[in-house]
Amino acid sequence: MQMLKILIVSLIGFVSATLSAQAVIEIDITRGNVQPLPIAITSLVGSDQEMTSNGSVMEIGQQIAQVVTADLERSGLFSAIDPRAFINSANASPVPQFANWRAVGAQALVTGIAELEEDGRVRVEFRLWDVLAGSQMTGLRYYTAPRNWRRIAHLISDAIYKRLTGEDGYFDTRIVYISESGPYLDRIKRLAIMDQDGYNHKFLTDGSYMILNPRFSPTSQEITYLSFYNDTPRVYLFNIDTGKSEMLGEFEGMTFAPRFSPDGKKVIMSKAENGNSDIFAMELSTRRIQRLTSHSAIDTSPSYSPFGRYITFNSDRGGSQQIYVMDADGSNIKRISFGDGLYATPVWSPRGDLIAFTKQTGGKFYIGVMRPDGTGERILTESYFEEGPTWSPNGRVLMYYRKYPYDNNGGGGETQLWSIDLTGYNERQILTPLDGSDPAWSPLME
Amino acid sequence: MLNKFYAKLLIMAGAALVLSACGNTNDSAMDQTPAAEPAPAPAPAPTPAPAPRVDTTTQEYLNDIMGGGVEADTVHFAFDRYDVDAEARRILQAQAEWMKANQSVNVVVEGHCDERGTREYNIALGDRRANAVKNYLVAMGVGASRIRTVSYGKERPISTDHAMNRRGYTRVN
Repeated sequence: MQMLKILIVSLIGFVSATLSAQAVIEIDITRGNVQPLPIAITSLVGSDQEMTSNGSVMEIGQQIAQVVTADLERSGLFSAIDPRAFINSANASPVPQFANWRAVGAQALVTGIAELEEDGRVRVEFRLWDVLAGSQMTGLRYYTAPRNWRRIAHLISDAIYKRLTGEDGYFDTRIVYISESGPYLDRIKRLAIMDQDGYNHKFLTDGSYMILNPRFSPTSQEITYLSFYNDTPRVYLFNIDTGKSEMLGEFEGMTFAPRFSPDGKKVIMSKAENGNSDIFAMELSTRRIQRLTSHSAIDTSPSYSPFGRYITFNSDRGGSQQIYVMDADGSNIKRISFGDGLYATPVWSPRGDLIAFTKQTGGKFYIGVMRPDGTGERILTESYFEEGPTWSPNGRVLMYYRKYPYDNNGGGGETQLWSIDLTGYNERQILTPLDGSDPAWSPLME
Repeated sequence: MLNKFYAKLLIMAGAALVLSACGNTNDSAMDQTPAAEPAPAPAPAPTPAPAPRVDTTTQEYLNDIMGGGVEADTVHFAFDRYDVDAEARRILQAQAEWMKANQSVNVVVEGHCDERGTREYNIALGDRRANAVKNYLVAMGVGASRIRTVSYGKERPISTDHAMNRRGYTRVN
């Protein structure tokens, strides 16, 4: 992401009719089924005479508003007011006429401008207003190359989300996943990446060999995954910027189920020897591995807690697939799942308070969460088949994939990406050009 | 069964072709043009092909070593299990005899799972199954260096019938 170098953000001065007005609007995202906040998002005002390689500045301003609208609406926390209802047309005047926005039912208002700078960059400013209090809630200014307008829109969405919920957003993020195509007897599974809203989609491998279970580095533009290159399943490290991949270590047995440590310095994974899978951690700088479990059962799907002190993993050492937690050095192994059925793919929330999992019982599959001590199990979704939750970087949304049953005519079996809020509401499909599975959410870009 | 029979005839004819082509490799290794000889007789010839021509080292041959419609290159497993049951042992004994009789053959044992499970766990389970097959063959006297294992987890189904997908497949390498 070279664009980071040219991106400058600065807080812009508050212009407000009412001095130090208390913000009256806020969104409590810990509650389910919140009433979406009515928000008016105006096109950023720009000139149609100022041309860039990405169209006029006016068009960029309009498109930014559209992307912000789509981001906020998808979160389920906002309901954008149809611009055709606006009494005011967008204008450059810094202070809105709040009465006109109250009249259309808006509680929050987004205004802004876009201008072409002499050096060819675009300056984008936006302000978020509390319509009822008649005051500015936040305002930011960005400078960037015109081609980065979409990222600016996501940054604005994140700023609005943060100001109104008190928590970081997740809009300036990407999803790496497995793009699937072809009939079930001959399925092609390759690595692909896209923005969290599905734009800027790119295939990262050509499909000549299978890739599974990709995961983002929390600290760099790298992905780790299981690759079947050369018909030899092994864990790889892939650099998104250079497109280069390398095998992590050379081992006699298979390596799989990789995941980064929270500091990005290690990859934890399963390694199989003569059919038995145990968990190992590899220091990336030295490529030295440390054995963490040693048991004749299957130990797999390891995931660190946010500060790296603990590891949750999947094991059938108790006779069936269950979720366990241990210290990061492999000591103090405790089983935490005790409900009916099988439990798999535990993933620690970036907030640390929950572990998301896949559950299998009664011929169905479920995505749920429980506390790290195993209490408070809560099921969020169910279907014929779904698995592999990944957390949004703010720990408020889970993405996973669903697979549909085959029909009797050789059809069916589609895989799709879905997301749901931690509250259990706002379940949505994430559209992909082909079928999709194994989503992994990136951290917030910087 | 009929299909299998014809497939075998074709393979035998194909093997004969390969053998006759081999004689030419020295002087025309790069030449892909078929020799200007008369085409071989069509496969369903009234007189059976000579027995010594049968290539006993092919996948098709292995598949039919037990006859009676048994797919002798594949063993099946119960849900979430990797133990080799009596039927699987019968097949693996035949595989081991065949490997001992065909010392030039190396195999890859593929471990597979049904789709009613999570990806990562099934990769591990497939590895268990592949190694269960390998260990049985080794116990029956086959050299361990002749057997490579690979797990495809649930990623390579051959059927919409879950039981058919829980399998160890011995692939001639």
